[in-house]
Amino acid sequence: MEEVLEKYTATKIEDVKVWFKAASISDFPADGGACVKYKNKQIAVFNFARLNKWYACQNVCPHKMEMVLSRGMIGDDKGTPKVACPLHKKTFSLENGENLNGDLEAIATYPVKIEEENVYIGFAD
Amino acid sequence: MKKIIVVGNGMVGYKFCEKFAEKATDTSFKLTVFGEEPRPAYDRVHLSEYFENQDAKALEMAPAEWYSENNIDLVTNERVVDIHRSSKTITTSKDRTFTYDYLVLATGSSPFVPPIKGVEKEGVFVYRTIEDLEGMLAYAANLKAIKPDAKAAVLGGGLLGLEAGKAVLDMGLEPHIVEFAPKLMPRQLDSRSSNVLQLKLESIGLNIHLSKATNQILGDEAIIGMEFGEDDVLDVDMLIVSAGIRPRDELAKTCDLEVGVRGGILVNNKMQTTDPDIFAIGEVALLNQMIYGLVAPGYDMAEIAVKQILGEADAEMPKDIDMSTKLKLIGVDVASFGEPFMPASKGHSIIYEDKTKFLYKRINVSHDRKKLLGGILVGDAADYNMLHQIYMNGMAIPEEPAQLILPSSDGAAAFGDVMDLPDEAQICSCESVTKGQICGVIESGEAKDLADVVSCTKAGTGCGGCKPMVKDIAEATLKSLGIEVKDSICEHFDYNRQDLYKIIQVKGYTTFNQVLDSHGNGGHGCELCKPVVASLMASIHADTANKEYAIQDSNDRFLANIQRNGTYSVVPRVPGGEITPDKLIALGEIAKKYNLYTKITGGVRIDLFGATLNQLPLIWKELIAHGFESGHAYGKSLRTVKTCVGSTWCRYGMDESVSFGIELENRYRGIRAPHKIKGGVSGCIRECAEARGKDFGLIAVEGGWNLYVGGNGGANPRHAELFAEQIDNETVIKYLDRYLMFYMRTAKPLQRTAAWQERLEGGLDYLKEVIIDDKLGIAKDLEAEMQTLVNKFECEWTQAVNDPEMMKRFSHFVNSNDDDDNIVFVPMREQKMPEPWK
Repeated sequence: MEEVLEKYTATKIEDVKVWFKAASISDFPADGGACVKYKNKQIAVFNFARLNKWYACQNVCPHKMEMVLSRGMIGDDKGTPKVACPLHKKTFSLENGENLNGDLEAIATYPVKIEEENVYIGFAD
Repeated sequence: MKKIIVVGNGMVGYKFCEKFAEKATDTSFKLTVFGEEPRPAYDRVHLSEYFENQDAKALEMAPAEWYSENNIDLVTNERVVDIHRSSKTITTSKDRTFTYDYLVLATGSSPFVPPIKGVEKEGVFVYRTIEDLEGMLAYAANLKAIKPDAKAAVLGGGLLGLEAGKAVLDMGLEPHIVEFAPKLMPRQLDSRSSNVLQLKLESIGLNIHLSKATNQILGDEAIIGMEFGEDDVLDVDMLIVSAGIRPRDELAKTCDLEVGVRGGILVNNKMQTTDPDIFAIGEVALLNQMIYGLVAPGYDMAEIAVKQILGEADAEMPKDIDMSTKLKLIGVDVASFGEPFMPASKGHSIIYEDKTKFLYKRINVSHDRKKLLGGILVGDAADYNMLHQIYMNGMAIPEEPAQLILPSSDGAAAFGDVMDLPDEAQICSCESVTKGQICGVIESGEAKDLADVVSCTKAGTGCGGCKPMVKDIAEATLKSLGIEVKDSICEHFDYNRQDLYKIIQVKGYTTFNQVLDSHGNGGHGCELCKPVVASLMASIHADTANKEYAIQDSNDRFLANIQRNGTYSVVPRVPGGEITPDKLIALGEIAKKYNLYTKITGGVRIDLFGATLNQLPLIWKELIAHGFESGHAYGKSLRTVKTCVGSTWCRYGMDESVSFGIELENRYRGIRAPHKIKGGVSGCIRECAEARGKDFGLIAVEGGWNLYVGGNGGANPRHAELFAEQIDNETVIKYLDRYLMFYMRTAKPLQRTAAWQERLEGGLDYLKEVIIDDKLGIAKDLEAEMQTLVNKFECEWTQAVNDPEMMKRFSHFVNSNDDDDNIVFVPMREQKMPEPWK
């Protein structure tokens, strides 16, 4: 199962080669997320409306390898934006992917940009 | 190594083992305890509870494993029949011989059966052991099957007799109490208080016959009546004899230990019999020429015997043994303390009586009106703890002693604060815990809250009568140390759930952001506060989970229960468990069509597993077309009201449990609460619906429903507690509306009713005052709020499938109609299951 994780590597904005147009901003709930399909990847995208920011990360939770993070609640942990997995409430920083309430490995995060009401996710491949 | 043998595994025998395990830390002693009953020691004081729940385990003092864990050999089902003092051995009923260095006789007592002609007939019982109770229950069940209006009498109107009267009520038979003396509880009560108690008991349906000497028991094989005199006959179908106790001192007679003229093994104040290596404790011991039939002195005797054996030569029973006691008999408070009956030569009595409220209070004060000498309380014993403390500690009383018992106009207690008690005041007499010990564990930092105090000191774990006082002392001590118990819901709010409830209600907030922006700490919320606010919005405004779905918890967000591979399960409502064959077929067809793993749930509904997010709305459209609606199995809300088949089909049923269960489930469906709520309705005391394991449970009895509240299964199983008796359907709904709404207003997040009820200040009595007596004056509001929620109910699945905007979220991808290709099922017993986690 671990090979699932190998598909996802943290991507910085300077590594981006492809800006994938995922969906319209109206397809995402305010202060919530949805899942985007890109090639053989599943990416969780969050509209952090309270901060007027967008975040993207792998949809797979590294705890039990299920494709569920996009369905989790978001919020902040002492100021750090986070998502809580809907299965066991493992929380991850949306900024750098770090597991905030345990020692799971970090999740991969991706850059997001908004152009003309559309949501784009940045990939290195 | 020295051998100790305890004969008798009752409450006092057990207490000896407990105290011994606590004090004897080395291995220079080996303890063996013999019990003639088939099970380990149980709480005989609360024996009548067995009629409510028939759970012998719940009454156990400690499970059998406890004895082995503490290196104590427990031998049950084996009676000690002989003592040989010269060889220091005993022989058992199985003809085995054991040697001892110390022998402890804790054989207790047996019920006294007067030599009345015919007392051996079928249907005549004594009231002492669980086996006695099982016999009664079986007999009563047969009786009722052939004669629904069967009557049962209790011979003896003393304390135990009235307990047995409660048992008769619980079994659903017409109860009669027959007493030889001209008043009830002749040993504890004066005539006037006895009269008040009698009026109260008669008002709840007991038939009381005083000054009756039973000549014979009538009937051929089985009892059909009791004859008191010529032409004075009471027709009864069953009789429970409760005419006093006799010490089980027969072993002492086999080995020439001295016994009293009227029974009981003679002991000194070290609890030694006439043989210093043989001790006698509890109801078999004759101390100061008295048999002490209460559990607290019995426990003290056990402790003294342990200390003596362990070498504390100066441990002795006190000269004055406190026989004060507070009881609840058939729901009526009865208490007496100090000298309840006092000759006029010693002081004055002050009496307050109100027969319209079935109240009687008497205190006895010294001639100089400075000391409290004793008293009696019937109908309301709330002041017992404080009066008892004043008496025990010889504390000063008000200049006008009547203030101690007169209802005060301003509600203020006349007797000051618990913190005025001296440190040595004994607060818990069952476990001998003083006020100083309670304060001590808090001051030392060992205990940080009330629960810690209870586990450190054991205060309140015996009869429980001292709980309110323990709580007051613990809280006052915590407060004096400046310890504040903070229970805010998470880092984003400085408020607890109850505070937020009021804030949202008063300010009329309708969104999470309004609440967070106005009352939050400047953050953005989290997985703790969002579901709490979502639940409050539902409880206050009847919002469904569709309205603000991004703040809903995992399951509510998609109106389904997320399973371990990210698929969901679907549970339609089947109110009361009643379902037509057509609907059952429809469920089967839909499950087959979508290849869903199908199982009957623990709440006896049908659960369909393995639906992907994309399939959920398709499945629900079909279910709704067949007349189903959401079962809210995913919500912290009402799940099911489980029912037995009741009087519509069952030959034992006393009422229509299915009809009422359906009505209740449909009334409270969809209502969101701090945690899930389950209900149960049973048509008779056989309790096939397991209603007492639910948050609210109803059991049909003669004359209405008994309502139980605060039960649950789960990690800490709890039986629901009896809240109201023999009430009609309308009253059930009225009380339940108020109870549930009060719970929804005041509980902590994810706190089931059992935990909430347990931690509620003032406990069940307080809850009754709020719900039944409307002490807070909020009953009408609670009912109105509940009615609003009932009126506004909407099936959220119907709402979702009819709204294209709401339907958008039921798609795994926002940019594709594909399903999650990561999901793998494997076959299992002709169905499927998710691939195991690696």
